Amino acid sequence: MKTRVAIIGAGISGASIARVLSKYENLEVHLIEKNADVGWGVSKANTALIHGGYDDDPEKYPVRAKLCIKGNRLWHEWVKELEIPHIWNGALIVALRDEDFKELEELLERGRKNGVPEMRIVDKEELFHLEPNLNPEALGGLWVPIVGQIGPIPAVIAIVENAVANGVKLHLETEVRGIKVEGGEVKGVETNNGFIEADIIINAAGLYADEISRMVGVEDFEIHPRKGEYWIFDDDIPGPRRVLFPTPTPKSKGVVVTTEISGHLMIGPNAQDLPKEEKENLATTREGLEEVWKKAKELWPNLPPRSKVIRTFAGLRPEPTGGDFIIRAEKEVWGFINVAGIRSPGLTSAPAIAYEVRDIIKRDLGIKLVEKKKWNPYRKDITHFFMLSKEKANELVKQNPSYGKIVCKCNHVSEGDILEAIERMKLIGVKTPSIDSIKVRTKATSGTCQGSFCRVRIARILAREYGVDLWNVTLKGKGSEIGIGDVKVLLRGDVE
Amino acid sequence: MYDTIIIGGGPAGLAAAVKAKKLGLKVLLLDENEFLGGILPQCIHPGFGLHYFKEELTGPEFAHRFIREINELNIEHYTNAYVLEIENYSDLEKKVVFSSPEGVKEVWGKTIIYAAGARERHAFEIGIVGDRVAGIYTAGEAQTLMDIYGVMPGKEVVIVGSGDVGLIMARRFALEGAKVKAVIELMPYPGGLARNVMILRDFEIPLYLSHKVVEVRGRKRVEKVKVVKVDENLKEIPGSEFWIECDTLLISAGLIPNVKLLKKIGAQIDPLNGGPIVNEFLETTIPGIFVAGNALLINDLVDYVAEQGELAALGAKEFIENQGILSRKWIELKRGSNVRILAPHYISGERDVYIYARVSRPMENVRVTFPEIEKELRLPVVKPSEMLRIKLKAEEIQKAEEEITMEVGKGEV
Repeated sequence: MKTRVAIIGAGISGASIARVLSKYENLEVHLIEKNADVGWGVSKANTALIHGGYDDDPEKYPVRAKLCIKGNRLWHEWVKELEIPHIWNGALIVALRDEDFKELEELLERGRKNGVPEMRIVDKEELFHLEPNLNPEALGGLWVPIVGQIGPIPAVIAIVENAVANGVKLHLETEVRGIKVEGGEVKGVETNNGFIEADIIINAAGLYADEISRMVGVEDFEIHPRKGEYWIFDDDIPGPRRVLFPTPTPKSKGVVVTTEISGHLMIGPNAQDLPKEEKENLATTREGLEEVWKKAKELWPNLPPRSKVIRTFAGLRPEPTGGDFIIRAEKEVWGFINVAGIRSPGLTSAPAIAYEVRDIIKRDLGIKLVEKKKWNPYRKDITHFFMLSKEKANELVKQNPSYGKIVCKCNHVSEGDILEAIERMKLIGVKTPSIDSIKVRTKATSGTCQGSFCRVRIARILAREYGVDLWNVTLKGKGSEIGIGDVKVLLRGDVE
Repeated sequence: MYDTIIIGGGPAGLAAAVKAKKLGLKVLLLDENEFLGGILPQCIHPGFGLHYFKEELTGPEFAHRFIREINELNIEHYTNAYVLEIENYSDLEKKVVFSSPEGVKEVWGKTIIYAAGARERHAFEIGIVGDRVAGIYTAGEAQTLMDIYGVMPGKEVVIVGSGDVGLIMARRFALEGAKVKAVIELMPYPGGLARNVMILRDFEIPLYLSHKVVEVRGRKRVEKVKVVKVDENLKEIPGSEFWIECDTLLISAGLIPNVKLLKKIGAQIDPLNGGPIVNEFLETTIPGIFVAGNALLINDLVDYVAEQGELAALGAKEFIENQGILSRKWIELKRGSNVRILAPHYISGERDVYIYARVSRPMENVRVTFPEIEKELRLPVVKPSEMLRIKLKAEEIQKAEEEITMEVGKGEV
């Protein structure tokens, strides 16, 4: 008999856990996600960094301190196996004042304790060698070459695709309504799509992990949202080569200045604590964005004019009671594992979190895991027209002319890329066609014009491939349809 | 090797192609869409061609006249052809790399007429914050949805910007039974042509001058937008905020010439026009690359766009005949008071030229002067929304030594 595992939440944590558990012959893994696609919660909006693992105090936050550096090392393998877009460009924590060096020394010491390699404090000369366009008043910095950047949702997608290829069953648009516990053991998950039996339930529900945990009576922590806001600039604005951090404060690592992997200068986030109820509050605010602007300017005085902004966005970090990751098998309810409060550095830690959960299953639940003889660690990325050589592009066009049809002008995304994305969406079970699903897989709509040229073209392709009316294509899942009907719908009185 | 490769099959590119062919040039026309015409096919309202064809046409009709000529003249053209790269191999040889369903192709031309149009400013560029939800469209995007693909975007609409596209879409929405709750204009005067501003009265649509939309709220789709009043310096007036409930926000906040490819190869850009610096043949600072239409500067009338296309074709012909535009004594055309947009930038005095200009602010009883050549004309009214097209005769231009300034001032002075 196989042990049935239900993972709640297909974000970076849930997906990573699913992938690692898919290695075992005697597990049947179900990944449950309330959204129309994977990675649309906390994973969607963040700084997209693979952190160095130096800033979490092992005394105060032992789990974070341990898993961050471990996660960083695992990402070096995962990005290759799964063809996840990435860059290892290193980070500089910049000292602007003499007193900042004291903090940098402490970070260096903490990094040593956590096992972070290759860190060192650099003087002004080397600092500007590493990052020529930094604020000229900077005095020095801490150089952490193992820091990198990845595409966070492309990572979730890659991991899920690989997990599904290895037998994981993904349940999208499936919202958990309750958890059945009998005789102190979990029995399964009640959802809007029926009951999913499970022997082990893993709660990786991000901002909602406290609510899921409460369903089995574990109520010793709360998650509150901490909002961070960001600016992204047009791709003709030069940005830094390294990830630039200010010297951190107790609350946050500070506003980062970076060139994100698509080549856009990005600044953010600030940190604003929201009430526990505001888990859907993703609105950007004037105040927050201005705060980010002011702080980013301290590191990068050459911010472009506001007319060069192509997008602002906000993300929420799930802040747990106590501040450390909560990763444990709950003793009162056999089979229930919390993976809660996965705030920063959650993206970095995710692969390590997944192995931690595997070890908990072995150690605390006493399940002997049997490795699959044939487990496939690899996954191929979809074609990106903008990355192809002319020869390769022509080869593809010969097989399929849609690869020659450019749909997104700003980022050179072809219809062929989009058709591949749709094929992949269908393969993992995406039922509701949405433009954001295409955006995160292909980069279409994320350039200078922010989709004003290509959104309609993409919607047409989605409508055709999914067999729905054009107006029923959504921006980001049900309720965000691009139209209300055909152009005469109001005159006919078909809409209230 | 083509004589000229025309990038863009909208009105500027179509007019350029027809003219170039009639001048005897070997022409290739490239367009990225499935059909020729640029945005004209979605402009189903009348008002096109009054100057050019001396009759009032709709956008599709205007486009159709040119497309028919393209076919009759057997002008070589590709649709679904997206230009990836331009290479200025030498002053007399240019390479254009484009992607098409037949593959990635390279073509060579002696000249290029760049007529790639403009793009619309979007919500993020004008500083709107709040929720990033469905129901926010640029005006042109909504127009594509409604008038090409027959989709109704929403039912209660707020429009940002009183430019022509915004006003025309206000009427379009009203005609299909939607409630247009407001048009919000940042400036103290409307941004569109007078005939389009009339739409607001016809359909009883409130116009808020000196106001801006600052925030959008909604869960999945727009539910309301926050509006604030601004003072004469466009600064927000505290306490003047109010919300309007709506499910649709249309952004019609102006167009930006689409010149990325030109910038990449070093064409000099006029920061105020957004398009390239050009001489009287509409040649950019890169020899043999000409520009026309909204890629040159944002036009208000399609007739001027077509006119620029033809001028660029004449330029290409001149360039080919002389292996370059012959060196001349170029007189610089300069902006004086109340002139914001101006092209061309360099003129020779060897031929009559039309100059295209826009003022910064509206003015009545106006004197337009060119002090260096003692030219003056009087106009009852000028507005930023209406482009001035003024002919300077060759003999007038010749009076200037080095530069000619265009000034727009009060009539009484």
